[in-house]
Amino acid sequence: MTVDLEKVNSIIEKYRDDREAFIALLQDISAEYRYLPEEVIRYVSEEIEVPVSRLFSLATFYTSFRLEPRGEHEVQVCMGTACHVRGAPRMLDKVTQKLNIKPGETTEDKRFTVETVNCVGACALGPLLVYDGKYYGKLTQRKIEKLLEGSNDEDDQSS
Amino acid sequence: MMKMTSPAELEKYRSSILEGIDSGRPSVSVCCGTGCSASGALEVVSAFERLLEEKGIQANINTKITGCHGFCEQGPLVLLSPGNRLYCKVTEEDVDDIIEETLLANRVVERLLFVDPVTGEKIEKEEEIPFYKKQLRLIFGDNGKMVPTDIRDYLSLGGYSALAKVLKGMGPQEVIQEIKNSRLRGRGGAGFPTGLKWESCDKAEGDIKYVICNADEGDPGCFQDRSLLEGNPHLVLEGMIIGAYSVGASQGYIYVRNEYPLAVKNFSTALEQAREMGLLGENILGSDFSFNIKVVRGGGAFVCGESSALITSIEGRIGEPRYKFVHAAEKGLWDRPTVLNNVKTWAAVPLIINRGAEWFSEIGTEQSKGTMIFSLTGKVNNTGLVEVPMGISLRELIFEIGGGILEGRKFKAVQTGGPSGGCIPEGLLNLPLDFEKLAEVGSMVGSGGMIVMDETTCMVDVAKYFLSFTQEESCGKCVPCREGGEHMLKILERITRGEGEERDLELLKEISDTMQCASLCALGKLAPNPVLTTLKYFPEEYLAHIKDKKCSAGVCKELIEYLIDPEACTGCGRCLKACPTGAISGEKEAVHILDQEQCIKCGNCMEVCRFDAVSVE
Repeated sequence: MTVDLEKVNSIIEKYRDDREAFIALLQDISAEYRYLPEEVIRYVSEEIEVPVSRLFSLATFYTSFRLEPRGEHEVQVCMGTACHVRGAPRMLDKVTQKLNIKPGETTEDKRFTVETVNCVGACALGPLLVYDGKYYGKLTQRKIEKLLEGSNDEDDQSS
Repeated sequence: MMKMTSPAELEKYRSSILEGIDSGRPSVSVCCGTGCSASGALEVVSAFERLLEEKGIQANINTKITGCHGFCEQGPLVLLSPGNRLYCKVTEEDVDDIIEETLLANRVVERLLFVDPVTGEKIEKEEEIPFYKKQLRLIFGDNGKMVPTDIRDYLSLGGYSALAKVLKGMGPQEVIQEIKNSRLRGRGGAGFPTGLKWESCDKAEGDIKYVICNADEGDPGCFQDRSLLEGNPHLVLEGMIIGAYSVGASQGYIYVRNEYPLAVKNFSTALEQAREMGLLGENILGSDFSFNIKVVRGGGAFVCGESSALITSIEGRIGEPRYKFVHAAEKGLWDRPTVLNNVKTWAAVPLIINRGAEWFSEIGTEQSKGTMIFSLTGKVNNTGLVEVPMGISLRELIFEIGGGILEGRKFKAVQTGGPSGGCIPEGLLNLPLDFEKLAEVGSMVGSGGMIVMDETTCMVDVAKYFLSFTQEESCGKCVPCREGGEHMLKILERITRGEGEERDLELLKEISDTMQCASLCALGKLAPNPVLTTLKYFPEEYLAHIKDKKCSAGVCKELIEYLIDPEACTGCGRCLKACPTGAISGEKEAVHILDQEQCIKCGNCMEVCRFDAVSVE
């Protein structure tokens, strides 16, 4: 991929005087690309004169960073305790069966990325999932079916 | 906004705000906390805005978007004043009725009232609903009364008067003494006396000192820190400013979970407003005291909720804990004296300063003072955030405030303290909730998670769930936690697959013992708690999995079978259609049959059956 270094440069500039802000810097880059492209990490490492190993150690330690690009739609299934006792594992099974991928993976057509999340704090609505930032609560397997198929239809019509 | 240069000027400004409030003017507060927003509260807000404008009365009615009111189960919640009427489960379609009936004609919209599940009675006022009645909402009570992004609302409710009081006439020592006298203990889990922590930081040598707010609320099933930061950010901020003043810190940090974007946003707005008004920054309220705060977003590592790991993370490194023979109060962030407290601890500070240590220390039990906010979740009727005085019994909390167990099922256990806590059985329901009592039974207050479990929850599965969580979140620095967790998880997985042996139970205890003694930080030390408490209080469930190869709760896939009851099956075909593997066969209107060989135990058939014909054994 070709990287727009302009954006990366402005992020680097933002944290120029902040000696502690490597994590924030990577978060901003991650927000820009929705993952951390390797070439960007290498570029940043040279620009801010910090060993690339240091940046990779952060990128692999903290779970909010991804080194692989994400799919067009993000499905996060909440696996918090309240959701767990209300049947979240079965809901996760349903999502992974339906899309035929494991949590953390992206479908081959790059349309969906499925992840698990520890708790989103909407426990009254459990089990729940977050689909492209929107919460879908009191899930049933049928609701999941409809949700994932619904998005298919919509996209097929628009494309 | 005008910059305040003295406490007196702040008080004058507050009076002018209060004078401007027309108390007779009707107001609508829509809860837009996480739970209510997810149930459609934002659509309700836009419906109010649109309809009030259409009717040309938007100027007469005050519409407020507030933080979490706590009663998430009944959301979206709309609170109307005067009268303090609470409407539950409000949708866009209800808004027109609320305006026409209640706001304009002062009549109640009956269908939106809370219905007591026990008596069937409709309850009109918020404070009369059993969920709220038994609570003591000192810290959390103003959520719901204010617009969190408007500092004037906070000021109108007495905000920053504690800071003004401190700067007007209390020396740093006096503040520390007051906090010590209140006997406030840290709300993050360990329960360390806050005043003592502040005192040792104050006494520690160093020109530069720091205060930190731990808002890396990682316990699954906990959302009170989030709700406070989203709904009343200035309260936490005021607490931090007072703390910084007392220990002589010039810089503060708040470490917020990255999954909480609204908390980050609202707290950042609060920082800006406080700076503009001279409540933060250089020469606060015209005094010599200067203090600033930076927001740091967490990277999504559970271990960073541990204080030393959190500090390492702020320093821009991977969040591995440190040995703690030197306390952070002496050598913390960049080896400088640091006070680190939880969100709820900071939020208690302004209350103590305003109302006095004596008042605070009269609430609660001998050892645990004040109130505690719990996230009450799981198989309970009234899911939500509850604030209760320390010492209330689990029974009162779950059955009176929580309204009992979902669908009238039987209570089995309550898990407190998150992944580091334990499961408490029915026999201990009368236990008063405080730091000591919960520790005595093998659990902890922790950050305030409280997950209710019923007969359909498998305790071995719960232990496995928590251990898989802590094992995955272990940073890997020390061997007992890294290896111990993994092996315990393997054993539990074996047991839930029906491949366990009786000696596994001894092995689990032995590994637990090593982890408790030898792990570096609390994550590893406390990780065995869910296993040990379930072993202690529910040994028969482990034995049923091991000896009889049975999971009576119907959770562990390898040990259960779904069955179709030929008496109840009407042959409607819903399960047949829903089955992903074609394991169900049968003619229309004839009894359906489930082929166990092909069944993958997804439970789809049970979910779709309308005649309760599918059961699990």
